[in-house]
Amino acid sequence: MYVYDAFDRTLVAERVAEFRDQVARRLSGELTEEEFKPLRLMNGVYLQLHAYMLRIAIPYGTLSAEQLRMLAHVARRYDRGYGHFTTRQNIQFHWIKLEELPDAMAELASVGMHGMQTSGNVVRNITTDQWAGVAPDEIEDPRVWAEVIRQHVTLHPEFSFMPRKFKIAVGASAHDRAALRIHDLALRLHRNGSGELGFEVMVGGGLGRTPFLAKTIKPFLHKRDVLSYVEAVLRTYNQFGRRDNIYKARIKILVHELGVDAFAKEVDAEWQSIKDGMLALDAAVVGEIAGRFSYPDYERLEDSPPGLIEARRADRAFDTWVINSVSNHRVPGYAIVTLSLKPEGGTPGDATAAQMDAIADLADRYSFGEVRVGHEQNLVLPHVPQRDLPALWRALDAIGVALPNVNLISDIISCPGLDYCSLANARSIPIAQEITRRFRNLDLQRDLGRLHVNISGCINACGHHHVGHIGILGVEKNGEEFYQITLGGKADENATLGALIGPAVPYAQVADVVEDIAAAYLELRAQPDELFIDTVKRTGVEPFRERVYATR
Amino acid sequence: MTSPLDQKKIKITGPVVVTANRVIDGAVVYRRADGGWSTHLDDAAIATNATGIHALIDAANADDLRAVGAYVAPVKVAPGGEVRPGNLRELIRLSGPTIDLPVTFGI
Repeated sequence: MYVYDAFDRTLVAERVAEFRDQVARRLSGELTEEEFKPLRLMNGVYLQLHAYMLRIAIPYGTLSAEQLRMLAHVARRYDRGYGHFTTRQNIQFHWIKLEELPDAMAELASVGMHGMQTSGNVVRNITTDQWAGVAPDEIEDPRVWAEVIRQHVTLHPEFSFMPRKFKIAVGASAHDRAALRIHDLALRLHRNGSGELGFEVMVGGGLGRTPFLAKTIKPFLHKRDVLSYVEAVLRTYNQFGRRDNIYKARIKILVHELGVDAFAKEVDAEWQSIKDGMLALDAAVVGEIAGRFSYPDYERLEDSPPGLIEARRADRAFDTWVINSVSNHRVPGYAIVTLSLKPEGGTPGDATAAQMDAIADLADRYSFGEVRVGHEQNLVLPHVPQRDLPALWRALDAIGVALPNVNLISDIISCPGLDYCSLANARSIPIAQEITRRFRNLDLQRDLGRLHVNISGCINACGHHHVGHIGILGVEKNGEEFYQITLGGKADENATLGALIGPAVPYAQVADVVEDIAAAYLELRAQPDELFIDTVKRTGVEPFRERVYATR
Repeated sequence: MTSPLDQKKIKITGPVVVTANRVIDGAVVYRRADGGWSTHLDDAAIATNATGIHALIDAANADDLRAVGAYVAPVKVAPGGEVRPGNLRELIRLSGPTIDLPVTFGI
């Protein structure tokens, strides 16, 4: 956990007081909507189809049990009893009332939470690997670096009015769990040939109307230089990014139009002028920030305790869950546990207040009071003693978050779509729900293996459909909902954008198409352990296209 | 459904109403003939020509204190006079999400 200092607590409290005043002035008519809108957006308050929506940042996906309890309280007291975890390690409340927002924000501020920089043309919530600090393949905890950057860019006047929003992700493992290549700026910590630690810097990734994967502009950047280099990238974007056309305003367009080499050259020129100045990181400063992350006082335990082995042997359902949802921890005797927020027929990423309260209690009992949020819209208990897994599983099962479908076809990433969002052209959630019903048979899901379905209700791509193994994009045709299907996308260290398989299909046929694609894969795979994504890579989309459109 | 946020030119091909979100809580509201707002579509003033709709939308836009984001939305009027939303987006705004909310779904 990161412990906020007095500066952060004061900053958040002052922002609540300021927003309370702004809301009062809006409700009295002193502020027009035109004047108020940019102010509410600075605090993560959107206006959606039926209500205001409040987006709260969960920096680098780390939550304390106390914070999760507060989210449950806000859901219950100010919303409709649930919250929606998003693909950017945020949580959204979809039914919040403007007149009650200041009180809700004050309560959130009491546990260090806020909606600052979850909207607007600023650096958004900085995301990272939900297994940060516990993953066995991790070089160093990436959250320290996310926090270093967060502190620098929070309310930074130079970066408060950029051409467009700016999303940063930081990773530090060989396996990318933070979808680095789809970010405006991504940093990957790694060792160079001399064994030194530093960052690979990638820029210009992003999905939406014009999808691009981020390109590497600096293969190795010393840790000392990370802040000055990020500043140079932001300045270059601020100077050259387009402000005349919202569809061409993201850094990905700038990098594409300027060319990656020319962009890198501009960044380097800027960086040379600032790199030895005040932004050169002092190891003591980084150490101080790192020191504010507290780590559990782990017990000395053995892997695979006898009780766990026995429980797995005795109960097939438990064993299935362990295989699917429990991962290796860097500390012997501990495990990382993923909690599925993808129940059959449910809304991906939604959790009720009761579930949040229960998970907070379980985090206190079994995970040193810590919870993580992943971009796949699931939760994680990051520090669970393996001996406690049977008891934890029973408790998670009782609240509906122990479905062993993590990374399977029903573990769908989905935006809220037209059921909530004023930007959407089509619904996402009912499509996800129908797919989970069609594939309710877990044996079939396991046979299909790792298979990511991503759904977006419009071209803005909040459901990351371009990088779904199966991507589904809702569009409108003559007032009706249609869906384009792509195959072969992925967001890991070998990120790829999916390829369109053919004409869009109507709402009622989407789940049928997904079934056809799954059936085609089972026939096409070279052997049972060839993953869906590898089959698509080997065969291309043509055989899937033939199968899907043969009878349509 | 094409977002009315992109509504630049008003083109009328059938009956329409003016709708917006209530300032205090964001609830969906419809402009009434008497200059007020209602959460019931049945109460909405229906326009069928450019003059009527311009009068409604101009007045709605001027009423920034009570409702925001006013725009023109299509409706269908049944032979019996019942007013229904003209497209899926407006149906969802009137009736809420087409899915069960989590509180009714499970725990």
